[in-house]
Amino acid sequence: MSFDDLYRQNILDHYQSPRNFGTLEHPDISAEDSNPLCGDVIRMDLKIEDGKVADVRFTGKGCSISRAAASMLTEEIRGKSLEEVKRIGKDEVLEMLGIELGPVRLKCALLALKTLKVGVYGIRGWPGEDGEAD
Amino acid sequence: MTTKTLAAERHVDFAELRKEFPIFERKVHGKPLIYLDSTATTQKPLAVLEVLDRYYRTYNANIHRGVYLIAEEATQAYEDAREKVARFLNARSSKEIVFTRGTTESVNLVAHAWGRKNVGRGDVIVLTEMEHHSNLVPWQLLATERGATIRYIPVDGNGRLDLSGFDRLLEGPIKIVSLAHVSNVLGTINPVAEIARRAHKAGAVVMVDGAQSVPHMPVDVRALDCDFLALSGHKMLAPTGIGALYGKREVLEAMPPFFGGGEMIREVRLEGSTWNDVPFKFEAGTMNIADTIAFGAAIDYLSEIGMEAVHAHGRELVEETMRILGSIPGVTIYGPPAAERGGIVPFTVDDIHAHDVAAVLDHEGVAVRAGHHCAMPLHTKLGLAATTRASFYVYNLISDVERLGEGVRKAKQVFHR
Repeated sequence: MSFDDLYRQNILDHYQSPRNFGTLEHPDISAEDSNPLCGDVIRMDLKIEDGKVADVRFTGKGCSISRAAASMLTEEIRGKSLEEVKRIGKDEVLEMLGIELGPVRLKCALLALKTLKVGVYGIRGWPGEDGEAD
Repeated sequence: MTTKTLAAERHVDFAELRKEFPIFERKVHGKPLIYLDSTATTQKPLAVLEVLDRYYRTYNANIHRGVYLIAEEATQAYEDAREKVARFLNARSSKEIVFTRGTTESVNLVAHAWGRKNVGRGDVIVLTEMEHHSNLVPWQLLATERGATIRYIPVDGNGRLDLSGFDRLLEGPIKIVSLAHVSNVLGTINPVAEIARRAHKAGAVVMVDGAQSVPHMPVDVRALDCDFLALSGHKMLAPTGIGALYGKREVLEAMPPFFGGGEMIREVRLEGSTWNDVPFKFEAGTMNIADTIAFGAAIDYLSEIGMEAVHAHGRELVEETMRILGSIPGVTIYGPPAAERGGIVPFTVDDIHAHDVAAVLDHEGVAVRAGHHCAMPLHTKLGLAATTRASFYVYNLISDVERLGEGVRKAKQVFHR
């Protein structure tokens, strides 16, 4: 892979101006995960309405690949149902980034997705239902 | 004494020496490979590769048993390697050298065999805040199992050990003090001899993690007066999977075995067994014969250069790195001054993530490490997520440092447009 591929304009753009960066005041889903290899951390906050992602924010620290992947993912999932979010996999993230990655940087690219999955599958009750959810 | 002086005065042509490392014939991303990650593992000279190849081609046999010619040749070469390690470290005898897979196994061997016999409930283990996980986790496992506690010698803002409260740390039932000779992150050279002296006075045994010191400077276990010293062959031109544990003979003799199996026994009965003499008591099963013999060749190679010259060369490269990187705005270098460190320079570039710096450098052909370098507590102490680390060895030249500087400038361009 060439240098220009690794640092495609879209990756640098999302890195320097991340979309949906920040936190939500009362998220229905909030998850945080880290990559112990490099100490990167990502937190994802989701607001769910009618079973769909009504709003989303992310924060954290990480390299250009992990941050760009998180930023692109937030754009991708807005308006999608939780079932659709669950179907997003590694290939979809790599397609968004538009690059191929070796095993080490792949972990950077997939940290946001992993965090999202922790949140979506770890939810303790659907919003509006009785139970532990706020 | 005389040999040391000669080695320091002898002119070593490091540019010629680099040609003896075949890996530098290849290119990465279309550019010549500049390898600045020798703290992780070193490249191998032809002299080591040839010894490895010759063993498998001409006298591959199991050791210590066969009475046929090639088995005797293999046994001789294996035991010669032990002799070479002993002389390299100035041990009293080759019986004080146990072969292991590397530093991690050496520390685990001591934590298990010595630790389980000597560390009990309420006892204290002393480590430092700058330890590699390999000299941290085995002790945490032991402490949890035995109900012992761990105290840490703190690191100050300049990356040096803060020994002001050391005597207080040594109060109570201190069993062992174990520390890195040279930090794998900051390059700090720790005053091991002084620490050993004070620890011995408090009745403790002293273990030294020599993974980053033995490859880079003259190390004399008798001068340090440590009870144990661990080292890795692959960080000093030898293949992966081979290392050693130095242990004072009387300390090794008083220890129970680590692994059980063939070769480590004297007599086996169904009711129980008795153990072989040191060091064989700790070498169960068929050992890593080929890599051990190649380890011996690596030690020959380094001895030929002279460890004073290796150390001086590393210091020159570090000084130049600190000068070049220090002149780039936004670069922060961590750790002590060049005179107090081994061949290691960790740095950050503005707020650019270490992975991104390393990825840009990779595309310039420059291989560096990015991350927490298996020392998470130290990074936590420094408040860092990750650093980029350049480290050097005998095959590096000043021109490598210049390429590093160019790569760092390029990283700034890419991420600051």
